[in-house]
Amino acid sequence: MALKTEEMVLNMGPQHPSTHGVLRLELQLEGEIIIDVIPHIGYLHRCFEKHAEAMTYPQVIPYTDRMDYLASMYNEFGYALAMERLMKIEIPERVEYIRVIMGELQRIASHLVALGTYGADIGAFTPFLFCFRDRERILHLFEITCGARLLYNYIWIGGVSHDLHPDFIRLTREFIKDFRPNLKELNDLLSYNRIFIERTANVGVLPLDTAINYGVTGPNLRASGMKWDLRKDDPYSVYHKFDYEIPVGSGEKGKTGDCWDRYFIRVREMEESIKIIEQAIETIPDGDVSSAIPKRIKPPEGQIYTRVENPRGELGYFIISDGSVNPARVKVRAPSFVTMQVLPELCKGFMVADVVAILGSIDIVLGEIDR
Amino acid sequence: MGLLDQEFTEGNIVIAKTEDLFNWARLSSLWQVGFGLACCAIEMMATSASHYDFDRFGVIPRPSPRQSDVIIISGTVTLKMAIRVKRLYEQMPDPKYVISMGSCANCGGPYWEHGYHVLKGVDRVIPVDVYVPGCPPRPEALLEGLLKLQEKIRNESIVKKSA
Amino acid sequence: MKTAEEIFNLLKAKFGDSIIELKSDKPIDLFILVNPLEVDKICLYLREEKDLQFDSLMNLSGVDDANGEKVKDEKGLETIQGGTLSVYYHLESTSLKHKLTLKVSTSREKPEVVTVTESWKSADWHEREAYDMYGIIFINHPDLRRILMPYDWEFGYPLRKDYKNPEFYQGMKVPY
Repeated sequence: MALKTEEMVLNMGPQHPSTHGVLRLELQLEGEIIIDVIPHIGYLHRCFEKHAEAMTYPQVIPYTDRMDYLASMYNEFGYALAMERLMKIEIPERVEYIRVIMGELQRIASHLVALGTYGADIGAFTPFLFCFRDRERILHLFEITCGARLLYNYIWIGGVSHDLHPDFIRLTREFIKDFRPNLKELNDLLSYNRIFIERTANVGVLPLDTAINYGVTGPNLRASGMKWDLRKDDPYSVYHKFDYEIPVGSGEKGKTGDCWDRYFIRVREMEESIKIIEQAIETIPDGDVSSAIPKRIKPPEGQIYTRVENPRGELGYFIISDGSVNPARVKVRAPSFVTMQVLPELCKGFMVADVVAILGSIDIVLGEIDR
Repeated sequence: MGLLDQEFTEGNIVIAKTEDLFNWARLSSLWQVGFGLACCAIEMMATSASHYDFDRFGVIPRPSPRQSDVIIISGTVTLKMAIRVKRLYEQMPDPKYVISMGSCANCGGPYWEHGYHVLKGVDRVIPVDVYVPGCPPRPEALLEGLLKLQEKIRNESIVKKSA
Repeated sequence: MKTAEEIFNLLKAKFGDSIIELKSDKPIDLFILVNPLEVDKICLYLREEKDLQFDSLMNLSGVDDANGEKVKDEKGLETIQGGTLSVYYHLESTSLKHKLTLKVSTSREKPEVVTVTESWKSADWHEREAYDMYGIIFINHPDLRRILMPYDWEFGYPLRKDYKNPEFYQGMKVPY
């Protein structure tokens, strides 16, 4: 006769080293097995959408930085793109190139944090230090460009705030030269580490149809085996000029769409981002970077939904303009917010210790979930 | 304070005031609550990682507030979170210190006017020892804040209650 | 791949009066205005129909249209009476690569929309957010609670244009 056990409710967070911020999870357990997970969010709800309605259009940009603070450049990029489409502004080609370079550098920086903290979450602390070492180099590149390390206010509507620093191209080349071997080192250290694979392969498998129905996008969707990247599928900016691959999860170490796949997609995406940056810095045209910045931003009445491929997935801006200098509504479709909903599906049936591995693998940023 | 400034050749007695000894011990191993709130938490992580190395000041993140000496409020405190922050602070054993990192924790930062769900300054719920300005503060600024806190602890007295 | 006009004609033929009109007066995105109490059936059709296959809900956002009458009450606080709240649905088909925007409008005093969680699981939290921020009731939603604001928040719906923030919440002063 099987021993009857009582269900137990375990509270995880908001202060927990592995929740990547202020997330609270209510775990319902039967012994060590997870029956259900109820996420409680909103501990970092900073009223972005209310602020956007109170600000003028350019003033919204610093607030977009603070949503997904690991990918600030890309948040600005998406917002600027939406506004340019709404106002039908043509922007100089050099600006497009700068934006792509910054966006891809930001993708690498963001993935480095994701991978570093993921390693630390499941017990490997050294990769964390390695990843942050490389990330500091990227932050230095941003700093010489716009003066800030984390929140930039760099990409403006119709342009960027400063042109590239004279040393930028040289330093970026040096960074790429050093980063390639470091990536290999990361693979040797973590990706193909036996213990790491044991902890992540076949854990938290996300089937493709569930992923689409839950609206999961970005690396998490690609890990489940779908070749879907907005840079190719809904092209924007100058991404069509570059040659790069879209990595897709194949279940190399376990089932397709498990934690290891989601982790390794990010490693491979960094390689592709390097390829894009290399091509972009070789072919970047000369020109003025601020010629298209309008003096007074007053878009016509209308509404637009624009999306970009953020490091975490589809970042969408839904902007309604009523013809005044303030937006009537800015709704952000945050990739982490949507991805977070699938967590209970991923966790059911696994052990308590796997929650940390699954949560780390979907790479959430609480600033973006709560906005 | 000159306790170990001179080299010892013989003998093994050091005479010091208990106050100095306690303060020295306290300021040299400030364990922080491993707890991040928002954007500043990323800079806090960067401070403890490779380049800036928080460890050399004796700051190590501890997962539990019950083993910690200092809590770094790194980011925006919302109303929902404020209750938890207060509880975390209450769970820490004495002596305990608070560093308020970044504009949001100092005074609400960019969210001061329309932030209907933002607490305008963490000092409305817990007492703060050191304020670090910036949005977000650079890691150097956080290190400076920590040095300020160490200076404060160095001048503490067990007998007289300071402030 | 179908354009908004073709989808509109398909829907009009199938659902008749529940499909109100295709709005194209504004310059950017076309959208189809539909009946808030029929939107679940329309969405299910959009998802299941072989030629449409809208398998993904990109975005769902509540909007305060603020088109009512501005009234001052006895304390001098301005409130909006009458008018509408709206919900926008941005749909996408990942296989056929077409997109569609739906809009429903509902009254400000009794805002009720039928949930679309049956069609897309991702609607769950989006709808909870719209409820939290605008007070739009989603009929048949499995778990309609506040999501971002505290569960015991009783000072109204913050993103409505006439929202007034409270002085104190649990003993903490809220304004600057």
